[in-house]
Amino acid sequence: MNNITAIFKKQLLDTLKNKTVLIQFLMFPVLTVIMNNAVKIEGMPKNFFVNLFAAMFVGMAPLTSMASIIAEEKEQSTLKILVMSGVRPYEYLIGVGSYVWIMCMAGSAVIAAAGNYEFGEAALFLCIMAAGILASLLIGGSIGVVSKTQMAATSVTVPVMVIFAFLPMLSMFNESIEKIARFTYSEQISRSLAGIGSTGADMKGIGIVAANIIVFAVIFFAAYEKNGLESD
Amino acid sequence: MNKIIRAENISRDFAERRVLDGVSLNVKKGEIFGLLGPSGAGKTTLIKILTGQLEQSGGECEILEKKADSLTVSDRRRIGVMMDDKGLYSRLSVYENLKFYSDIYKTPKSEIDGILKDTGLIEAKKTPVSKLSKGMKNRLSLARAMMNKAEIIFLDEPTSGLDPVTTKQIHKILLEAKNSGTTVFLTTHNMYEAQNICDRISLLSGGKIIEEGAPKEICEKYDDRGNLEITLTDGDNVSLKNGSSSAQAVKDYLEKNMIKSIHSTEPDLETVFIKLTGKGLEET
Repeated sequence: MNNITAIFKKQLLDTLKNKTVLIQFLMFPVLTVIMNNAVKIEGMPKNFFVNLFAAMFVGMAPLTSMASIIAEEKEQSTLKILVMSGVRPYEYLIGVGSYVWIMCMAGSAVIAAAGNYEFGEAALFLCIMAAGILASLLIGGSIGVVSKTQMAATSVTVPVMVIFAFLPMLSMFNESIEKIARFTYSEQISRSLAGIGSTGADMKGIGIVAANIIVFAVIFFAAYEKNGLESD
Repeated sequence: MNKIIRAENISRDFAERRVLDGVSLNVKKGEIFGLLGPSGAGKTTLIKILTGQLEQSGGECEILEKKADSLTVSDRRRIGVMMDDKGLYSRLSVYENLKFYSDIYKTPKSEIDGILKDTGLIEAKKTPVSKLSKGMKNRLSLARAMMNKAEIIFLDEPTSGLDPVTTKQIHKILLEAKNSGTTVFLTTHNMYEAQNICDRISLLSGGKIIEEGAPKEICEKYDDRGNLEITLTDGDNVSLKNGSSSAQAVKDYLEKNMIKSIHSTEPDLETVFIKLTGKGLEET
């Protein structure tokens, strides 16, 4: 627990000085607040920008920041030194993962606040976001584990992130895309968010998100088993 | 003294290339041991194997009486490592880097300033690592490796590319660590470093240990010239056999007050290395 807390604190300190990661956490919450207050079009669905940016936030921020943090630590050999200093790989992953998860949940809270939800709706919103963030964390973690450099991580992260972050938006306009997108967690997160206050989250959607999380967890553990954290 | 590091017949292959070939060495508790060899000799590969970062293709190695590849977390806490690629958090300050490791090692934060003073980094306490010079990064990396009061410190080329003043500071730190009972294992291609601070060395060339022992003993072993070099006041240089046969000649020069300088000609480690391998320590 000591090592996990130390890594969490170090990561927090580092992010305040790392604009690239900091912007991932701030961009969508800030954008949501601005757009939600600045753009009022008649006939626009309730909380349109909240749902749109929340789904993008889930698909982007945890995925890119997790991959970027792990890949950077590998590239700069800080991770190797950490492991040689007696930090267990799982402690490192929990430390970084919990940090990214909490930062993203904080961002989600800002987005929820912009949505003017009632207490129960806000709690449901955060639960849905928590599940989505977990799925993205596992994808980002897998990319970070297999990448030796930040550049290598970025080259994989960008297409993966674009797929998951933009699928919910693209599926609004294209039926064929929607048929595929419905099996992805980001689409289901988007639908569940849109259903807050009306249809809510359905069991099928929850099942798809859970299945996604299980698949990503399997991929993550397979990537970790094959590559480890300290390999040269 | 106890053997704290033991390597027996270590070999390591990278694809078709054998980088280490039957390397055996023993390091005793509390000594400074130097692995001397040119770039590409296999020094970093060996240090990686000894610290459990890399698996050997053959042979056995033990650290703290345990196999190097099966060290536990608590064993690793007894070892400090400073690798060539530093592993420092570039955006964090000097102090923040050490504070993070004091959290990991559970050492009191009050000790950080003392460590920074010892390594000459107290003035740069708040400076981000990205703005430090190479010498300062080396000292910070060394400070981090030593802050858990490790029993063994592994240092990969700790003074490579540093100015003489910084090199001297690092040597002072290492000698102080040795005096407090720490075992130091360092790699270097700097023969002066090996001669000045190492109790014992191994010469590594082409992945093989070609000589080992105390630097002075190695130099004496290969001293086949045994000459005295005399520089006379008129600028002439005279070379005499170092023995009783030259006593009269030296006496004559002394009586005539003609000697400007006189010294023996035992070889240095560079000369020994060239003699054994046919190439210098700076060559790859």
